Formats: sequence, structure tokens, C-alpha cells
Amino acid sequence: MKLTVWTYEGPPHVGAMRVATGMKGLHYVLHAPQGDTYADLLFTMIERRVHRPPVTYTTFEGRDLGEDTAGIFKTTCQEAYDRYQPQALIVGASCTAELIQDDPGGLAETMGLPVPVIALELPSYQRKENFGSDETFYQIVRHLAQPMEKTPEVTANLIGPLALGFRHRDDIEEVKGLLYEMGIGINVVAPFEATPEDITKLGQAHVNVLMYPEHAETAARHLERVCGQPYTKTVPIGVGATHDFVAELAALAGVEPKTDLTRLRQPWWSKSVDSTYLTGKRVFLFGDATHVQAAARVARDEMGFEVVGLGCYNREFARPIRALARDFGLEALITDDYLDVEKAIEEAAPEMILGTQMERHIGKRLGIPCAVISAPVHVQDFPARYSPQMGWEGANVLFDTWIHPLVMGLEEHLLAMFREDFEFHDAAGPSHHGGHAPKPMAEAGGPAPQTPRSISEAKTGSEEAEIETGTDVMVWLTDAERELKKIPFFVRGKARRNTETFAAERGLSEISIDTLYEAKAHFAR
Amino acid sequence: MNRQAPIQAKTCRDAPILKERGQREVFCGLTGIIWLHRKMQDAFFLVVGSRTCAHLLQSAAGVMIFAEPRFGTAILEEGDLAGMADAHEELDREVARLLERRPDIKQLFLVGSCPSEVIKLDLARAAERLTQVHAPHVRVLNYSGSGIETTFTQGEDACLASMVPVLPATEERELLLVGALPDVVEDQALSLLTQMGIGPIRVLPAPRSSEAPGIGENTVFACLQPFLGDTAAALTRRGARMIAAPFPFGEEGTTLWLKAIADEFGVDDATFERVTEAPRARARTAIANASAALRGKSIFFMPDSQLEIPLARFLTRECGMEAIEIGQPYIHKGLVGPDMDLIPSGPVISEGQDVDKQLDRVRAARPDLTVCGLGLANPLEAEGLTTKWAIELVFTPVHFYEQAGDLAGLFSRPIRRRDLLKLEAVE
Repeated sequence: MKLTVWTYEGPPHVGAMRVATGMKGLHYVLHAPQGDTYADLLFTMIERRVHRPPVTYTTFEGRDLGEDTAGIFKTTCQEAYDRYQPQALIVGASCTAELIQDDPGGLAETMGLPVPVIALELPSYQRKENFGSDETFYQIVRHLAQPMEKTPEVTANLIGPLALGFRHRDDIEEVKGLLYEMGIGINVVAPFEATPEDITKLGQAHVNVLMYPEHAETAARHLERVCGQPYTKTVPIGVGATHDFVAELAALAGVEPKTDLTRLRQPWWSKSVDSTYLTGKRVFLFGDATHVQAAARVARDEMGFEVVGLGCYNREFARPIRALARDFGLEALITDDYLDVEKAIEEAAPEMILGTQMERHIGKRLGIPCAVISAPVHVQDFPARYSPQMGWEGANVLFDTWIHPLVMGLEEHLLAMFREDFEFHDAAGPSHHGGHAPKPMAEAGGPAPQTPRSISEAKTGSEEAEIETGTDVMVWLTDAERELKKIPFFVRGKARRNTETFAAERGLSEISIDTLYEAKAHFAR
Repeated sequence: MNRQAPIQAKTCRDAPILKERGQREVFCGLTGIIWLHRKMQDAFFLVVGSRTCAHLLQSAAGVMIFAEPRFGTAILEEGDLAGMADAHEELDREVARLLERRPDIKQLFLVGSCPSEVIKLDLARAAERLTQVHAPHVRVLNYSGSGIETTFTQGEDACLASMVPVLPATEERELLLVGALPDVVEDQALSLLTQMGIGPIRVLPAPRSSEAPGIGENTVFACLQPFLGDTAAALTRRGARMIAAPFPFGEEGTTLWLKAIADEFGVDDATFERVTEAPRARARTAIANASAALRGKSIFFMPDSQLEIPLARFLTRECGMEAIEIGQPYIHKGLVGPDMDLIPSGPVISEGQDVDKQLDRVRAARPDLTVCGLGLANPLEAEGLTTKWAIELVFTPVHFYEQAGDLAGLFSRPIRRRDLLKLEAVE
């Protein structure tokens, strides 16, 4: 038993729903109690889909339990087939139905439906949403795809994008563009908008582009083994990764790595002088493994940030994320407990978070700006405009979205110059955010007290901002406190922390102006 | 104040009920935790369930409530399913850790879920055991919010009903208001009743466990919500007596609800008129303004919040709408009977759901407004139908006089918006 407040991933049947809802002509019959239909709203509200997910639930109740729940399943299955006439059915159980052991797969098989029926075994008490999507897509591919003669022209399948994905809709367009420039045709995109009939044609392609390993790696391996299709290992998020992807795919497909860089603006935007303020910004990365892996490289090599912490919530990818963290001289945080993530972020005290909607809330609490890079998604992650993460336009989008939460470059310099100005002061936050600017951590509780105080009281109203500095009570003298206030807010948290660490290491119990500047000199890089 | 319906006129109470069984597109009772935990400030709701339960709570909340919420899910894992003894030990450990971290918690609800019920995890026994362990600081109660036992707002009913047996006894003649309403609305109700000289008035649930009301033979109670049947039955078992009335939605519903209580406490007509006259007039004006877009329009209620019948009464009688179908997850005539008496027969009254068949009826009728859950709203809008999501009716202050205009506004806004938007190409 594990106490959970917020979850990064839903149960595995929600992963199966994401595959089914992404596809067309497929129907999912889910043995589940009343109430599990809540999952429909994820698709209709968050993603604003215009159709209900193609899922029929048995919605059994307590009074049905002593009776014939298996009969309810069969009736539901037949009615769903009659009404929706799908090309194929997937059938399975949610967590509760798993316990009553009706075996939906076996029941459906006996019904003699005239279409393929694919049974899903998704262990709800061991696995989670991403396992569910990966396993479901694999089962569909395993049942429907066959080795086939390859298309005369060089073609590829794009596999992995599905419903409720983080920018999957736009990534598909961007990757299609990359392939077009290389002269590679698209055979099938799946699961996104593919029909079961399309899945039967997967084998025709020469190569698979694995866009999202968390949703389709098992299927990609299967297709490699059965249909002799190699698949790409690089996910084209960021400038460097997109170059690598083009080279990798060209080699696999036996074509020239041609690409058109005229739309790529990110490198110049990053080199231009306004961006110098980004240098060494301390960022913390958390999300799904695919996006974190890509974001780490972009953050360090393409934005000039310093990565001070990284991790992922999908344990299936713990190994590559640990290896990645070692490259960055860090220890990876592999957890699905958001309280652990919050603690790690507090300890790392980054200037910015690149995370999920969970981290956005953590950032709000701690007064740290955050840009969202990964699922789990929120209605905000489905913008009306074109906003891919992958490819050349994706690189441009990353630059814009990541700097948006920050104070703009010139503005940051002006703040330093005019920091005593009554309206142009640091606590006002980024000028382009109106009243919604995140409050800097050190300011969250209002003006700094005018008297010396122990730092254990200096928590400015939010106990979360507490800084652990050992057991000695440390006091900021008034002058030092006032001097600290003069430091621009975006480095103030770091200055406070460094000074206290410096003082603690030397066993000082009071912090004076001298201590502050000695610490500054000590930590100067 | 003629509350007697003419005997010849058939009302909805006598109308045949279309009972359906099939796929039900409704939340389970766990959803109630989202508003209950804000109302009961020293309570924590610990769902003993699966990852699905945790995912439901965070999805139904829509936005995350990021002050550390006073609810969580103890997620059952493979090992817990194997041996019951272990599950109890695990639960004790999680509860101990939770209470250690949250010393402000005085009431802990162990909330049963579909999986905990299917494996027959005895949460009543666990609650008794944990109460002994953590007494006197924390009282541990249990109820079921599972989908196999409860539908959406029924979760609040189950929660309040679980509190009734442990309420202190009293011989006082007191009025008890039952149901978790936003403070602003609750205060208005208390103020109106107090002005009539009615008191003392207590509320269930109380904001803090130390303020829990007493119950006894002299307690009379009125429900604020039409889904509190089990709570009403539990209170009756403790000797309290229910005041039946239409529910306080709109000017008419509020007046009838107040009048029923006033009569019970012997308030004279002059006093009643004096206290209610001004807010009644305000409510009428506000409804007249907000309901302009609703007059003559048709409405179809999919079953969802259990508020459907009282709201249909308000919308047909005070806002000039025509009801095509009024669906409720279940119909408890002891509670909604007085509202049904006021709705002339005509609309289809349905109980339960077979969602595909019901959607066929919606498409055939093409109502001007369809009240439905979040899973159905956008798909129906995409078919050119106008919808009102039902969950907002549970979260928003909509009871009593001062909110009557807002309540009409919740329904008229989608219609006004439909008329306002000019998104098609100009010819």
C-alpha cells in the first residue's frame, strides 16, 4: 500500500484508452464498475475531442456482483459491436474487474464476432498508464501486422503518437516534413488516426520512426524481429538531436541526409546577445524519460543552462535516465511521488524548472518559474496554434516556451540598474506576465523584517521554503539582511543559500555584510 | 402559499418512470471528496483503492488543488491483494505516517472503493481499531465511495450518514440543516432562519469536528441537497424528524423550503413575509433578467448529480423552460417527491441509464439545452447541441434567494454564447 496524493500516470487501462482513442475503427470494451467512465472526460475536456472515446464500459454495480457479471460483459460486447461495427475490438478489465476474474478475453473469443478480438492483460496493481499504452499497441500490432513485401519507394511508419500525448498532433506534422525532405514516404502513422486495417499494412515500410519509446518501443522491437524493420533510436527534439535523427534515419533507410534549415531560428536566437542572461541558469528537469532526455541536451548544449537535477517518473526508463544523469554529474531522481520531486527541487533551488503540470504547481509554491515539457497533460498543453516539440520548428518552439517564464534579457539588466525604482523593482516579476508573475521565493511572505532573526523564522510564511542548514541557529544581522535585499531577486535565493552554507561550514552563528561578500567571493566562478 | 396540488392534475410524482440499465456515464461517490474536504477543515479523506481512484480524484477536480489537499489514496498493490492481514497492517502504517505528518487532522475517513469492496477489506473494523489507537486526538470513520455502491453525489450522503451514529445525543429542540454547502450560501440560510426567530440551528457537516451537532428525539432536520437519503434515514433512526419540502433552488423553492421550516417552528405569516419579502423580490428580478434567454427553450437532463428533478422544477416553473426528459441516477421520492408534485406530467422521467440509448433520444429531440457530464458535453456540442456540464451545479453556490439569478445564469450562458458567436464564413 502506498499513499499517493497526485499521480503522474493513471492506471494501465487508461493507457489502452489512449491507444484506442487515438485510432479510428477500433473499439474497446472495458469490463469496469460504474464510475470508471470518468476517464472519458480526459479526452473530451483536456484534449477537446469532438467524439466520445470509442470505449464501452460494462459499468457493473454491487447488485451485479453476486450474479452474472460475465453475462453483462458479453451483452455489452455484443451491443457495442452491433452499434459501432468496428474493424477490430480490444477487450480488457479495469482494476476492479481484474479482481472478479471474468476473463473478458476468453469470453469475447467464444462469441464468434466477425472481426479480430484482441485481449489485453494489463496488471492494474503492478503497472501504470505508459505500460498500458505500450502493451496495448504491441498487442494490436502483434495480432494484425504481418511480414509483407516492402513498398517500391522508401517509406517509413511513424509509431508512438496517440491520444492525450504532449504535442503529438504537431510532432507528427514536423516529422513528416523531415521525412519529406529526405525523400522518404509515409506508410502508416500509428496509433494516431490509424485504423486496424492500416495496422495490417505496417509491414510494408522499410523503417520505423519510433517517436515516443514509452508508447511503442515493444511494438518497434516486435516489428524489427518479425518484419525486419529497423527503427530509429534518436528522438528528434532539439537542434542536435534532430541533426542526429536525420543522420540515423538516412543511414537506416539508405537515403541522403538532406534537410532544409531555412526555418530553424533557434541557434541564432540562442547566440544573440539578448540571450547571454541565460548563461548558467540553473534548471531542474523532470517528466517522462523521452522528453527529459531530450531537454537535458537542449538545456546544456543549446541554451547554455546548467542542469542541477533531472529525473523521470516512468520507471521503465530508469536505466537510461540514470546513465544520462551520470553524464551530467548528477544522481537521477526516479520516482512517481510528487512530494519527493518537490523536495528535490527545494534542495536544488534551481532558477527554473522544466517539468510537467505537477512541477508547474511546485514552481508556483516555491516561486520558481517553470516551463512544461512533458505529459501528464493539462488543457493548456493543447494549444490551438501549431506548437510541435520535434524537428526544426520544435527547436524554435522550445526556445520560446522555455524563456517565456523568465524575466526577459534586457529587462533583467535594467532591473539590476534600477532596482530601487518604485515601480520597476524586482518583486514586480517579469513585465510580460501581468498580475500572474510567480512570486520570488524570498518575497513570498512580504517585506523582509527589519530586525535580526533566526533563519528558522525567516521562512516568509511558506514552511516549504525552509532551508536546511544544520542544527546551529543562524542569524542575519540587519545590515546583511538589507544588503541581501539589494541583490536582484533572481539570484537572491542562491545568494542566501550560498551565504548560509558558507557560514555553516565555518561555524558562524551570525551573518554580517562581510560574511555575505566573503561568501560571494568564495563561490565566485 | 397554496402547496396543495390539484387532485386531478397529474404531476411527475405519478408519472411512469423509465428505468434503464446499461452503460452509466456517471462519476462514482469518491468524487464528493473534492468538495467535502474543503468543507470539513480538520478532516482527511483516505481512499483505500487503486491507481484508478487516485487518477479519478485528480481528474475530476479538473484543476489540482495544490495546497496539500486533505485527501489521498492508499493504493493497493499486488501484495495487499494476496493477504488480508497484511493489508490491515499496511493500512495502519500508512495512517500512522499520515497522522504524524498532519497533526491538524481530527477526523479521518477511510473511504472504501470498488477494489477494497471486492476483496472485502473490512474498513469498519479498521476504523474501529484505528480510532482506539489514535484516540482521543483523532476519530476514524469509514464509508463507501465506490462505484459499485454509490453514484457521484451519493458519496456525500454515505459520508454524512457515517457520521450520524457517533454524533452526541441531545434533548434540545434544535434545527439541523443537512448538506455541505459553500459557506456563503449556508450563512444566508442561517441568517434568514435566525431572523424568523428559529434556533438554535446546527449544520451537518460542521466545519470542525468539535462543533459536531447533537441529535435526539427533539431534533428536526431539513436537507439542503436532494441526495441525502441514507443520512436522512440514519438521522431518523436516532429519533430526529425530517421536514419534507421542495429544495431551495430559485425563489419558489427557497420560499417553500423556508416556509416548511417556519411552519414547524410556529413562525407567524407576518414575520415570514417581513423576513423574506426583500430577498424574494430581488430573486424574482434576478431570475427575470437571467432567464430571458431560457423562456420557451427545451431542456434534457442526463442523469448525473441527483439535482435534476429540483432543477427541472426551477427551470420549468420559474424560467419558462420546457423539460423533455428528466433523468436522475436514482429517484428517492421521500426526498424529491415535493419537487415532483410541482412539475406537471409531460416530460419523460427516467432513472438509471443506458447512455447510448439515451443519446439516441437526445439526438432525436434536439433540445435547446442538454445537461450532462463532462465526458459527453463536447461531443454533443460538436453535433450542434448546446450543453451545460452538470458538475458545476455541485461546485457553485446555487441555493437560496441571492443565488437564484446565478443559477438561471448557469443555464442561460451556454445559450447566450451560442447566439453570440459568429464563427461561420460570411456569405
